[in-house]
Amino acid sequence: MNLLVCIRQTLDTEEKIVIENGKVSHADAKFIINPYDEYAIEEALRLREAEGGTVTVVTAGPEQAESALRTALAMGADKAVRINTSAADARAIAALLAAIAKKETYDLILGGNFDVDTGAGQVPIRLAEELDMPHIGPVTNLKVQNGRIRAERDAEGATEVVTCALPALITAQQGLNEPRYPSLPGIMKAKRKPIAEFNGDELVSAELLADTAQVVALFAPQPKEPGRILQGELDDQVEELASILRIKCGLS
Amino acid sequence: MTDSLERGVPMSEKVLVFTEQKDGVLRNVSFECLTAARRIASGGKVAAVIFGAGEDGQVKKLASFGADQVYVLADDQLAHYTPDAYKQAMLQVVEHFAPDAILLGHTGTGKDIAPRVAQRLNIGLISDCTAIDVEKDTVLLTRPVYAGKAFEQKMFYGSRQFITLRPNNIRTKEDPRSGQIIPFPVAIRDVRTVVKEVVRRAASGIDLTEAKVVVSGGRGVQNAEGFKPLQELADVLGGAVGASRAACDAGYCDYALQIGQTGKVVTPDLYIACGISGAIQHLAGMSQSKIIVAINKDPEAPIFQIADYGVVGDLFDVVPKLTAEFKNVISGK
Repeated sequence: MNLLVCIRQTLDTEEKIVIENGKVSHADAKFIINPYDEYAIEEALRLREAEGGTVTVVTAGPEQAESALRTALAMGADKAVRINTSAADARAIAALLAAIAKKETYDLILGGNFDVDTGAGQVPIRLAEELDMPHIGPVTNLKVQNGRIRAERDAEGATEVVTCALPALITAQQGLNEPRYPSLPGIMKAKRKPIAEFNGDELVSAELLADTAQVVALFAPQPKEPGRILQGELDDQVEELASILRIKCGLS
Repeated sequence: MTDSLERGVPMSEKVLVFTEQKDGVLRNVSFECLTAARRIASGGKVAAVIFGAGEDGQVKKLASFGADQVYVLADDQLAHYTPDAYKQAMLQVVEHFAPDAILLGHTGTGKDIAPRVAQRLNIGLISDCTAIDVEKDTVLLTRPVYAGKAFEQKMFYGSRQFITLRPNNIRTKEDPRSGQIIPFPVAIRDVRTVVKEVVRRAASGIDLTEAKVVVSGGRGVQNAEGFKPLQELADVLGGAVGASRAACDAGYCDYALQIGQTGKVVTPDLYIACGISGAIQHLAGMSQSKIIVAINKDPEAPIFQIADYGVVGDLFDVVPKLTAEFKNVISGK
């Protein structure tokens, strides 16, 4: 199977987020592969192990994003591609990834369900549309058989079993697998694997690279009033809590 | 900021809302979208779209929340969601109505279909919005980023706006309109994904993402039985039961109840966290709740830092007492 995994480098949102001058500070930030993209990488590696083939990872971003590709290579990906671009808009990224995807024939394309930093999950689905390919997401279980995939998708409280013919695109949801850690030999090998590079503005038109929206402001959530730990006998606390909530939440 | 605002997209003349149903009932987020649509449209025209036969009651309700027109898409291929069928239907309505702005709920279906339609229309999409403001005739959209640790306010450059709204964040407002029915035949072909089976897992009828009250359990509930008192409290308050990932991983409840970055994102009026420590992934799914109550044995649990009210104690003591107290309060002591 020829597998393509679209990944993105992101700030680790489990760390403290510092906002300075209307921007998130990168000074002490830790950069990681978007956790949902890691599930996608892992699933591709497992499929290759079962079915044979190659796993290519691709990312669109500045030079710094190369370390995300190195990590994916260390996990076991065969090839890596970086699209050099400062574009960040989902429409543009999807168009750029499509340009790379079209250079080869991929049976299955995988991406993460959403990005933990932007909170958006648009790119892989837009990519599927750009390639006129069916998509299934968010996927929690995946099987490939006779040129078709059978995926379980998480549909708000229900699990849907969905099938479709390859080529197709899936987005990975937590629960799909447990991503492996890069092994030491894997890390050593990854250092020698080449990373193909393309310039974004040579892949798609300037019109497509343009932003569709602008961030006008970025701010921390409104600080909450400090909470109150109720005191006294438990029965009194419960009574007080119920009467507060009745008023504050209009429960009646 | 003024400069950028002047370059922004003005308010819209025509706004289209794609509604969504659950078990044959229109979801509340669809009415929230209509209220937002009326705000964006100002004096313009708002149309709603029903995927289905469009019962009289549904059309009337959409009209009462501001729909001038209601497109009825009575096609069997839309009875169950597939990206290919929905995309084709939505594009055909968009072509017919030619909206300046499109809205739908940031639900399982909304998240899955909106990016596809946006890419086909070659436009931007601002997803998961929690607030819509109109300043100097420019529409400003607020959405959470960095797992809820920050918010960004965005505006569109293009001439057509596409927005998904996070459920439970816009207060609906009645605004009666004529609700003129437009039966709209759609041409759907080549649906490439096949839904073989749907396994229903959600137990209660109240949708977790739209519940006004959520009673949620973590590792502290100890086992599946431990969710019983939580369910009783939720029942008294007309709410739904949720869970942290730890409780799901431990097998105390189904993943369908999971609240957090991976599971559902909820914004109820009241969130009662029982035996939940408050890991960041969980907070990302509930920190915007209007009132947060934490019940935990461990006074050092991080959940207390974002709670409005905390009770340090065993949830198995506190929750039944609270249920009894609410029974008294609500029956009008």
